Amino acid sequence: MTDPGESTIIEIRNVTKRYKDTTALDDVSLKIDGGKIYGLLGRNGAGKTTLMSVLTAQGFQTSGEIRVFGEPPYENDRVLSRICFIRESQKYPDDFNAEQAFASAALFFSNWDKAFAQRLADDFQLPLKRRIKKLSRGQLSAVGVIIGLASRAELTFFDEPYLGLDAVARQIFYDRLVEDYSEHQRTIILSSHLIDEVANLLEHVIVIDKGKIMIDDDAEAIRGSAFTVVGTGTRVAAFTAGREILHRESLASLASVTVQGRLSEAGRAEAAELGLEVAPVSLQQLIVRRTMDPGPELSMNGAATELEVSP
Amino acid sequence: MIDESRPIFMQIAELIENDIVDGALAEESQVPSTNEFAAFYRINPATAAKGVNRLVDEGILYKKRGIGMFVANGARALLVDRRREEFFRQYVQPLAREARKLGIGKEQLAQMLSRSETETETTERSVAQ
Repeated sequence: MTDPGESTIIEIRNVTKRYKDTTALDDVSLKIDGGKIYGLLGRNGAGKTTLMSVLTAQGFQTSGEIRVFGEPPYENDRVLSRICFIRESQKYPDDFNAEQAFASAALFFSNWDKAFAQRLADDFQLPLKRRIKKLSRGQLSAVGVIIGLASRAELTFFDEPYLGLDAVARQIFYDRLVEDYSEHQRTIILSSHLIDEVANLLEHVIVIDKGKIMIDDDAEAIRGSAFTVVGTGTRVAAFTAGREILHRESLASLASVTVQGRLSEAGRAEAAELGLEVAPVSLQQLIVRRTMDPGPELSMNGAATELEVSP
Repeated sequence: MIDESRPIFMQIAELIENDIVDGALAEESQVPSTNEFAAFYRINPATAAKGVNRLVDEGILYKKRGIGMFVANGARALLVDRRREEFFRQYVQPLAREARKLGIGKEQLAQMLSRSETETETTERSVAQ
């Protein structure tokens, strides 16, 4: 394996992808460093799968430039042999069983670890001899997850890999991912809308919304970058005046406002002085807040009157 | 456990600090590896490493090449000093603020503190029995 260090392995410049009358990617520019676990997050239809498709040469961009391992990936075996892409609905030849799927993966991926694949199959209680067509939805997802992990490709994409996997099986996936990544550092790009489940596994977060990159930052920098204050409407309004507001909610005289920014010691003291409660905002809540409208403004003399009159 | 309010690497550093302060991790004893922290807390290994490395930079931990990470001599005293300063800001100042609000004077506050001490002792004794 080449050095998985922090050098850029993917570079995307001004990439746009249009289907008939929709723009799935809108002038996207992005760099991906080697050796990290990335989260590619966003709503359904935001452009996550399209982005992964053009990066893995499953589709071609309408305009813009893509470099993966320094070269355009399209019809480029040198690049594609270093990439593993596990899709939400991964297809396999009809008469294959899981064992045969693993055997062909072993031929394609030079870092394939057969013993690891076997161990994972045991973990997921996957029947290896049963034809893939006859597997349950969750078992089918397990086949993809196993190939994605055991291939140890330098660049691995998981696009919502866990349809049909229950909470226990998903936890097995996360645990094995962390363990194996600890021993074999590589670049993993995980697309998920189960944001709370994966948040702590990510080193870097990319949020895409309506074909544009909305957040591209270290997970640790995002953590604690917003907070919610709850209390009497007037006091909340006094505290939040002049701050960047992401979301407001109110119930009778109570207001709950999510504010962008890190809470300083002084800010915490001020909130305490005003008798306000301060709560952290999870990555999932932050993304929801930032992909939605903030809501009606709070008036200084009480709660949001607009909300009170609405049904 | 890990919460949402602050960077995870800071929380990992604090968890290790806590163990050093309360003696669970003695000076010169070995600290779990970053991979063990990552697996146990289900966090990104690079993030766990950042927390551990912060304590190395501060002289709380030190590396033995090829063996692992150890608690430095004098680490506990260093941490206790720092924690006392934090205690003042995190607990004493808000306490004084709330006391002012309720019109509790200095002497009354002192009385309350000693009362809390006796009550804690009584509870601990009854728990022990």
